[in-house]
Amino acid sequence: MAVNFLYPVYEVARNYDRCIACRVCERQCANEAHEFLTGENKLVCDDAKCVNCHRCVALCPTRALKITPSGNTYKTNANWSGKTIDEIYRQAESGGVLLSSMGNPENYPVYFDKILLNASQVTNPSIDPLREPMETKVSLGAKPVNIERDETGRIKNNLPPRISLSMPIMFSAMSYGSISYNAHESLARAAEDLGIFYNTGEGGLHEDFYKYGANTIVQVASGRFGVHPEYLNSGAAIEIKMGQGAKPGIGGHLPGAKIFGDVSRTRMIPDGSDAISPAPHHDIYSIEDLRQLVYSLKEATGYKKPVIVKIAAVHNVTAIASGIARSGADIIAIDGFRGGTGAAPTRIRDHVGIPIELALAGVDRRLRDEGIRDNVSIIVSGSIRSAADVVKAVALGADSVYIATSALIALGCHLCRSCHAGKCNWGIATQVSELVKRLNPDLGYKRLVNLLTAWQHEIKEMMGGMGINSIESLKGNRLMLRGVGLNEKELDILGIKHAGDG
Amino acid sequence: MKRVYVNEKWCLGCHLCEYYCAFAETGEKDMARALRDGKIKPRINIEEKDGVSFAVSCRHCPEPLCVKGCITGALTIADEVITVDDDRCVSCYTCILSCPFGAISTSDDGAVQKCELCVKTAGGMPACVKGCPNNAIVFEERG
Repeated sequence: MAVNFLYPVYEVARNYDRCIACRVCERQCANEAHEFLTGENKLVCDDAKCVNCHRCVALCPTRALKITPSGNTYKTNANWSGKTIDEIYRQAESGGVLLSSMGNPENYPVYFDKILLNASQVTNPSIDPLREPMETKVSLGAKPVNIERDETGRIKNNLPPRISLSMPIMFSAMSYGSISYNAHESLARAAEDLGIFYNTGEGGLHEDFYKYGANTIVQVASGRFGVHPEYLNSGAAIEIKMGQGAKPGIGGHLPGAKIFGDVSRTRMIPDGSDAISPAPHHDIYSIEDLRQLVYSLKEATGYKKPVIVKIAAVHNVTAIASGIARSGADIIAIDGFRGGTGAAPTRIRDHVGIPIELALAGVDRRLRDEGIRDNVSIIVSGSIRSAADVVKAVALGADSVYIATSALIALGCHLCRSCHAGKCNWGIATQVSELVKRLNPDLGYKRLVNLLTAWQHEIKEMMGGMGINSIESLKGNRLMLRGVGLNEKELDILGIKHAGDG
Repeated sequence: MKRVYVNEKWCLGCHLCEYYCAFAETGEKDMARALRDGKIKPRINIEEKDGVSFAVSCRHCPEPLCVKGCITGALTIADEVITVDDDRCVSCYTCILSCPFGAISTSDDGAVQKCELCVKTAGGMPACVKGCPNNAIVFEERG
């Protein structure tokens, strides 16, 4: 029906003066947007098929391609945007829930961008990280409250199980299935090389990756896919996923089309069956229930591994975190509303949850007020985009951050946000073998190592500027932060002063 | 001696190696100008069938049949690299017939052409290796 026609949002602009008709664009586009006209020895493009992933742009050897907004517009309307109108047309045709991928792209405030860092001048010396030692190592887990001594008076080692990272950054949960084998291998090898951790997500652990166990966090989520004793014992820590920032309050759904071969074996479900993770854990309806799962997992692993509980940042996150800190969990991971996903209902992704900066500041303060901050470490995630975000998060009270979108971008992701189509041209969010091979982990893991090595340098530079030589001294150090353009309430929640205010 | 090696596991069949090879031969600065007509005769070629693809170029065999068969001495092996002397080649194509890899082809200027590891052009790093987006073609020393 004509009413359903949606004009393509992007246009592939081909400079025919530069195009040599090598056809690499045609060969590399899984969406088949490019077509070669043999008779005319010419390439043409169907803009409607383009998802703006830039694969063709990046591989074109003569720089003949670029992608531009198509510019087709509805009558200007500040209330009814073109996007809103298009979405109504799509739903009027399909009757379905709109799906989206990656993090919330809407124009909500980014508090990290409204917080500025301090630096030393005159009265306290800054530190040059190239000349003086600088510590970025962190250790995650519960801290013992009391010093215990044995009968001879020696201090007993009553330290609960912990994990140590070379810098306060880890790769967040992305399941094998939602991302490819090669993407997983890149993350695992990079984690090992960097002395940090990657997270299996709810997809089980491929048998080839057990060797990276010392740098693996294994996840247990509501679908319990791929969970068995060997899996639990293979990782360095276990994460219970209660929620995800991109889609708080709902479960997951990996379509049956992506579940075959190794993916189905790893998840321990039949070929072609949809992997549906329920919205709640059906055995958890209270903190007491959560405590049972925490201790079941500890029991299963001989009390040797810390247990992480991951929640989405939602309205009453401080109360929830307070409960989790009393549940026996060693670490709380909080995922903000900008967190990414392989697929989520658009309305949920774009409208549910709260910013991670506010959630983190609130949780850190509440746990300190209640005297239980040392019960747990806090990991935050949900759009940590740079070393500056890491430093700000740590100064707001985080022990570590999780990154995922940044890591995928390092692997080639161009944020076209079409993961849910399963035809990722960069070989990341796909299980199609000819696409998966486009991500060579030999190259991928080095890019991840490069990225985080660079971030580590930057963290040291920023800490040095503040006259701080250890991450521990930066943690919760809100004096190092000032807000710009924030109101009293926001400053109060963040626990920071406004710039210029003393 | 460093050689060009290919790994079909990572070859995407994008054919970029062929274009970078052909471009390197032209000595031009801009690929768009150099390969404007779109017809290329690269010295590396992608073989593909049933989803498997890989690039084929001269293996620089230690005991090369092409050099052995060359009737004019146009093909020689020195420093483990086989090169063609265009002035000596009489286009008898014995080498093309004898190469077990099909790595030698006819050239537009009458002689034959083959991969010479970019020793005459790109200087050091073969253009195909540099242009491969997925590390499927590598230039390295292997025992």
